[in-house]
Amino acid sequence: MNAPDPPLLRMSGIGKSFFGVNVLEGIDLDVRSGEVHALVGENGAGKSTLMKILAGVHPADTGHIELSGERVEFSHPVRAQQAGVSTVFQEFNLLPERTVAENVYLGREPVRRGRVNARGMADDTAGLLDELGITGISPHAAVRTLSVAQQQIVEVVKALSSDARIISMDEPTAALADHEVELLYRLVRRLRDRGMAVLYVSHRLKEIFDLCDRATVLKDGRRVDTVPISATTPTELIRMMVGRPISTFFPDPIEGTRPGPVRLEVAQGGNDRLDGIDMQVRGGEIVGLAGLQGSGRTEIAHALFGIARFTRGEVRVDGRRVALRSPTRAVREGIALVTEDRKTQGLALSQSVLANGRLVLDSVLPFRARSGARRLPGFFTSLELVARDTAQEVRFLSGGNQQKVVLAKWLATEPKIIVLDEPTRGIDVGAKRAVYTLIRELAAAGVAIVLISSELQEVIGLADRVLVLHDGRIFGELPAGASEEAVMSLATGSHNNGREVA
Amino acid sequence: MTRTAVPTAPGRIAREAVSRLVGGGSGTVFALLILIFAVIFAINPSFAQPPSMLAFAKQAAPLVILAVGQYFVIVSGELDLSVGSLVGAQVVIAAKLIDGEESRTVPVILLMIAFGALVGLVNGLVTTVLRVPSIITTLGTMLVLYGAIRLWTGGAPTGALSEAFRRPGRGGIEDLPVIGQLPWALLIALAVGAAALALTRSPYGRTLIATGDNDTAAAFSGARVWRVRTTAFVLSSLLATAASILIGGFAGVTAQVGDGLEFMAITAVVLGGVVLGGGRGTVIAAMAGALTVEALFTLFNQLFLPSTIQPTVQGLIIIAAVGYAARQRSTRSP
Amino acid sequence: MRSLATARPRPFRLGTTGLVYLALVSIVLVGTAVAAARGHNLLGTANLVDMLTRSSLLGFVAIGQTLVILCRSLDLSVGYVMALSSVVAATTMAGDPARIGLGIAAVIAVSALIGLVNGLVVTRLRVNAFIATLGMGLIIKGYLDTRYKGPAGDIPEAFQLFGYTRIAFLPLSAAAMVAAAVLAILFLRMTRTGYHMYAVGGDAEVARMSGIHVERPVITAHVLCSVAAGAAGLLVAARFGTGSTLVYASGYDLESIAAVVLGGTYLLGGRGGVAGTVAGVLILAVLDTVFNILAVDPFFKDVLRGVIVIAAVAIYARRQVDRTASRSRFAGSRGGPSGGTGDPPHPAPAEQGGRT
Repeated sequence: MNAPDPPLLRMSGIGKSFFGVNVLEGIDLDVRSGEVHALVGENGAGKSTLMKILAGVHPADTGHIELSGERVEFSHPVRAQQAGVSTVFQEFNLLPERTVAENVYLGREPVRRGRVNARGMADDTAGLLDELGITGISPHAAVRTLSVAQQQIVEVVKALSSDARIISMDEPTAALADHEVELLYRLVRRLRDRGMAVLYVSHRLKEIFDLCDRATVLKDGRRVDTVPISATTPTELIRMMVGRPISTFFPDPIEGTRPGPVRLEVAQGGNDRLDGIDMQVRGGEIVGLAGLQGSGRTEIAHALFGIARFTRGEVRVDGRRVALRSPTRAVREGIALVTEDRKTQGLALSQSVLANGRLVLDSVLPFRARSGARRLPGFFTSLELVARDTAQEVRFLSGGNQQKVVLAKWLATEPKIIVLDEPTRGIDVGAKRAVYTLIRELAAAGVAIVLISSELQEVIGLADRVLVLHDGRIFGELPAGASEEAVMSLATGSHNNGREVA
Repeated sequence: MTRTAVPTAPGRIAREAVSRLVGGGSGTVFALLILIFAVIFAINPSFAQPPSMLAFAKQAAPLVILAVGQYFVIVSGELDLSVGSLVGAQVVIAAKLIDGEESRTVPVILLMIAFGALVGLVNGLVTTVLRVPSIITTLGTMLVLYGAIRLWTGGAPTGALSEAFRRPGRGGIEDLPVIGQLPWALLIALAVGAAALALTRSPYGRTLIATGDNDTAAAFSGARVWRVRTTAFVLSSLLATAASILIGGFAGVTAQVGDGLEFMAITAVVLGGVVLGGGRGTVIAAMAGALTVEALFTLFNQLFLPSTIQPTVQGLIIIAAVGYAARQRSTRSP
Repeated sequence: MRSLATARPRPFRLGTTGLVYLALVSIVLVGTAVAAARGHNLLGTANLVDMLTRSSLLGFVAIGQTLVILCRSLDLSVGYVMALSSVVAATTMAGDPARIGLGIAAVIAVSALIGLVNGLVVTRLRVNAFIATLGMGLIIKGYLDTRYKGPAGDIPEAFQLFGYTRIAFLPLSAAAMVAAAVLAILFLRMTRTGYHMYAVGGDAEVARMSGIHVERPVITAHVLCSVAAGAAGLLVAARFGTGSTLVYASGYDLESIAAVVLGGTYLLGGRGGVAGTVAGVLILAVLDTVFNILAVDPFFKDVLRGVIVIAAVAIYARRQVDRTASRSRFAGSRGGPSGGTGDPPHPAPAEQGGRT
């Protein structure tokens, strides 16, 4: 335990409370040079708060931070940056309208002879990109033209350009497609090889075991333990996080659930992103949609919900041909869509829990709103929503509880068909279980379910069938319990053992 | 971790209603209103008599009605700069078309309502369908109305209003004990307020507020955002039409009628703690904001401030009140 | 070394500004044709002088307004600052050529102070810029109306030359306006504060996290905007030979916003520039001159101008929609469903420091 040299980063006894609620208590954390250190825990365990304290966004109430044995105070994010601590947040700190170089040097623009040295900025940015072995990003490109993965790279370059010794990353793969994750792995390993310390927050255990050297587990604002990855197992790690074994992760189908008649049928559906989509979903059936990011998963969800509708082919609901021209029509046809981006697409954050729960009823089914709203408290209770009361603004809820509000909003409409796009993204394990249970219950009630997820385990563990998308087409269909490898080989288009492709 | 059901007891709801009203910056306006009236009563105790208060109500009614209309637009995330010139246009239209003939009163009022609805519809559709920022749309409408009306009348308003037209603005139920005249304007303003309150509690009103908060989420919940917002603009224009009938009756026809009313209405709404940008604030607080602005003018008169210095004091108080409310909001715990 | 750096200097921004100048050129061409049909030469000296003179006054105001709007703020007090500045100039100079410098200094000091107050109220008190500057306008209006019943002060002949001198067809005031525009462009492109204005307007939270003191660019923009309005006030004083309090009723505040937006600057900040604004100002001036040549009823001009501004912004909005659509292919689905809004979906934090 007692290393001869002080670690690059040492946080001791960190405590923090918001509005009288202890969010962190007595957290100790060491990160060494050349180490990738995982920070794991359920949402609400305090990981984000700890990262924000390290980043200088929040001051700690108690405890202190040492860098190479020297005590430091970060009163502002820039103080942390100047001390060599950079943080890549989930919500990128980039300006979409400005160029890559302008973003990399944002707030630290080099000045030469009284003017900003734009060329120097661009050259140095190009140099850093080169050094990381990144191709395809021009320092002059506007950030809004880049993909999410590329934007993340810009964030890392931004950190490097400020001579960071410690980089902390909050859920860096959350928004990445699977093939982009590899790129990130390489990047992180390069950073480690340069002798930097990387603090890596992730929900995905696979990444932690692929990439990290040690892991610190937080639970309810306290540190459970710090363990070398080589000396632990995923099951062990999850047990530390939640105190539950992994076997309870995906609940079994509820007894008596059986597929009914076909509720949703798409025949040769297509638009400018999709082509030749044929799919049928029966009542009580869970159909998974797998595929890489951009393969057309979300596009199918949006087409079914009338956002970017099918321009070819036809859609039938309960055997009746329907024109899904708008979300309004889709709701009237009994379709619900839980969007992948909760904060921008799912919730009116400054409104109350109740107002959000009523939103669909109010806007589409005003004559049923009153009676529908009366059932909301029941949904809140059965989803185990934790909120002060129904008048609380949803922006003060945790991610998992926000998602429960979204789910309740759709349950209140009594949907026949529900499309779930990444329903468990960024929510804690407990909330995930609530979502899984709900999916099973909906299936038992005869609802047709389309489940979209980047987490293959989730699709495989819950769906009765998995449709694998590639490049806007359905590339193959796999039965329940298929292996991750089978799905991946279809999704990457490397293997074609499914349906014939046009 | 213990999971508890979310409480929704009736007592909570009542408390929620009060805290919603007072919280979020809206509390400031009620405190300010009471303070201003306290000062007015201290200076001039006779102002507390019913006739004076009712006269005040009569004078304040048009701005209260405009504030309600502006509230709908602002809470939906937009802004309506055209109401002032619409009020002016409607008064001029009324005078020119009625031209003193009693029998034309009702048809002309119907025409004004149709015209108001049309202006609101254009504002709303240009903003939502053509995606022009509403500040520009309604600024354009303001220029168009301003120019078109003067073009039509040749520069100065012509014609005259009928007696019947002027009654809502200046008349009332006469000869009541104690209070004397109960102005129609007050009754109309109360009716508008009650209807507005009911509307904000209705599915449409809830959708409107949610749209102002996050229009993408509203759209992904099935709301037809363009329709919701366009309706808000139509409501604003219709209420401006109602206000123009009261103002025409109360103040008569001049070329300047309506000038600057849009800023007064916006000031009133914002003073009520309604956030520009949408999604927050109550219609009651917006109406209280309008009353506060009018009370301020009454106070200036009581203090015999020269009318020219009034804008200065008005400007200072608006900035101070909004700044104070912003401070309250940022320090409030969740 | 730079195997991947395909050095393209920002194609997108040229795009928008290019469009504005294209519109300007087409309006000039159409205007010239229409005027020629009536037997006038739009590009004759008299008309050119007319157009450029019109431009210079609005130009100063609109250049300042651009900076403020880039920071996601707004200044509705510019008309009142103009009026006040003209009075300050005229009363300070008091007809004495020796006091010209003093008068100019006084105007700069007064307008900078007003801008400073605007900026502080917007940033420190967190009052919505719309309300803050409207309130400031009212404060100045009250002062002017109470203190001055009509034109005040006297501008010495020497300074009046600023309003009337011209080199060939180029009025001195227009040249000064163009110089101010160039300075503003250089300021935005070459100073850190200029960079930070785009950052704060684009996303204040990102700017703050990057160590930018988000209040400084906003305050600076407000100060510069007020000083620009002060310069416009000096020009008014030079033209009228006296301080004119009633300038505030001429609608320069809203017109300057229209010119900025017409010039392709995004009303919600973070994108655009002064070059576009100058084109926007010129478009409005050319239209005015053409209407004059055609002897269009002055009230009809208001109608047309309103329609044109709305139409132009609608066209930009359409381009914006197309761009959002092409973006979504990379970043997942950001574009909202049909029937959206005036403002694009804004995935920013709920609290954004209240601005319009």
